Amino acid sequence: MTQLIWNGLFVGSFYALVALGYTMVYGIIRLLNFAHGDLYMLGAFVGFGVLSVAGGLATGLGFVALLIVMIISMLVTGTAGLVLERVAYRPLRGAPRLSVLITAVGASFALEYGMRLVAGPNPEVYPVRLAGDPVNLLGARITVQQVSLILIAILLMAGLQWLVMGTETGRAMRAISQDPTAALYMGINVDAVIARTFFIGSALAGAAGVMAGGYYGKIDFLMGFIIGLKAFTAAVIGGIGNIKGAMLGGLTLGLLESIGTAWIGGQWRDVFAFSFLIIFLTLRPTGILGERVTERV
Amino acid sequence: MTTNLATSPARARALFDRIQQNRYLGLVGLAVALLAPFITATNYALSVMTSALLFVMLAVGLNIVVGYCGLLDLGYAAFFAIGAYVSGILATRYGWPLLATVPVVIVAAVVAGIVIGGPTLRLRSDYLAIVTLGFGEIIRVTANNLTITGGPSGIYGIPGIMLLGVDLSGPVGLYYTCVVVVALAVLGAARLGRSRLGRAWRFIREDEDAAEAMGINTYRVKLAAYIGGAIWGGLAGILFGAQLSAISPPSFTFLWSALILMAVVLGGMGSTPGVVLGAIFISVLPELLREAADYRYFVFGILLIIVMIFRRQGLWPARAVERQSRRDRRRAEEHDVRKGKEVVP
Repeated sequence: MTQLIWNGLFVGSFYALVALGYTMVYGIIRLLNFAHGDLYMLGAFVGFGVLSVAGGLATGLGFVALLIVMIISMLVTGTAGLVLERVAYRPLRGAPRLSVLITAVGASFALEYGMRLVAGPNPEVYPVRLAGDPVNLLGARITVQQVSLILIAILLMAGLQWLVMGTETGRAMRAISQDPTAALYMGINVDAVIARTFFIGSALAGAAGVMAGGYYGKIDFLMGFIIGLKAFTAAVIGGIGNIKGAMLGGLTLGLLESIGTAWIGGQWRDVFAFSFLIIFLTLRPTGILGERVTERV
Repeated sequence: MTTNLATSPARARALFDRIQQNRYLGLVGLAVALLAPFITATNYALSVMTSALLFVMLAVGLNIVVGYCGLLDLGYAAFFAIGAYVSGILATRYGWPLLATVPVVIVAAVVAGIVIGGPTLRLRSDYLAIVTLGFGEIIRVTANNLTITGGPSGIYGIPGIMLLGVDLSGPVGLYYTCVVVVALAVLGAARLGRSRLGRAWRFIREDEDAAEAMGINTYRVKLAAYIGGAIWGGLAGILFGAQLSAISPPSFTFLWSALILMAVVLGGMGSTPGVVLGAIFISVLPELLREAADYRYFVFGILLIIVMIFRRQGLWPARAVERQSRRDRRRAEEHDVRKGKEVVP
């Protein structure tokens, strides 16, 4: 049981990292960024590319190397998020919702199959593995690497929380999410702040991508599809648009999945998670922490 | 001569408009479909054309949801899968003839539509997009894991269609069956789009709040669109099983749903001729461009973005104004006559 909870928390922290980007972008411009899961995939591949180029040097350093690679890959995916926003989403701001959603699907497709063109259709094996020796703790097998990955995730989330609640950019973000027009009148550079939001959200997804690559060891160009869906589920469970909710939702989904799979079998993992999405939307569409959102006309 | 050149774009546009408004357009399309096998009737050509027809049916069905009602359904392949699996299981395990499975498939599609659409359509419309995406995965993974669906290897040995003792399972028979069914499906969807319900759908697409204020029960009407799409998808699934005689989970991935969406968007959301041509284009293009297979989906993704930014109405846009039906025109004339107005011929 402890093992299940531990596994759930571990996977949940990945979900939470990806869900954060989803929820930030949704909170600020009400856009479901379907390509978000693919930025996670991009992050994993950038990490893979850097590690392959660095070669023996990196494998020797192990964990530290992975940290450096993670930062590089966060910068790259962040920039990719910026470009995506500038090229695909900004021209459509104010357009009907359907058009923006379709654009997001197109962006996701382009990223996935663009990566397939670059890296080929077969899965790649990460050169650095974070297997490590397990330590027994209250009956759960825990590795040092798992603990450090969770710590990194927590640090990133804490940093984000500080950024949103404690800085001027964060205040601008919150202002835009409440009322973009009024924010504009108050002298906030709305475009710049939205671009920054995309950068941060995408960078977090990139970090999660490298962590997943290092931990699971295998990456492929469609890996972002399922995680994107799961992250959305996590964001909905926590209350979409709510940053703490995304963290809570990620952990909740991780735990539910881990316990659910032990109960009904691993092959039903995804069905279980998405059924939760549907159940949650039926019973409590605003999520655990979400407030009642009225549709504004 | 020079004036001719200068006006040619305008002239081309006028010509295009005339073609678009032609009431015999559908008949011309049907004639082309009926006569195509007389030009080339190799097994390969027939199978490509049958697949294109199925794709047309799917695109027209998705057009009800996306084009008319403006709801984004990203798991349309799920209904396709439900139709194919329900009819396949009944036909292979219980020995039903394929035609007898039609009512069951319709019921299954409606139930699935209510299960997914029921809770989500009350919420913001973008929730529907992602829930349907999840639903597509649920159906595929379920089909992969159950024993009754044959697991990863799927169902094989699905019989062809028999109608009144006539065997329609050969490539030619199947092709013409598909022509008839798909023609009816296209006609049905187009008529539905022009009906009272269709007007409500388009109203909701343009402005949901205004539609609600006008007394349209938006939830019920949206659910009707979603269920309509589900039925079209399910029926296409039966034909799919009949064509391939074997179905397995990899046939129903997100890629399919995305390609169908691509056909609808590219052709012109809400425009029947546009969607039909879009579907034919999307399904036949890969056969013509075999070498470019790797680039295909990448280009499709980019194309979706470009179409949305620069030409949202698609290549063959839907008309904004409805053509008056003959009955309506006659009624209007009678009305004018009764009022003593001069009837304009």
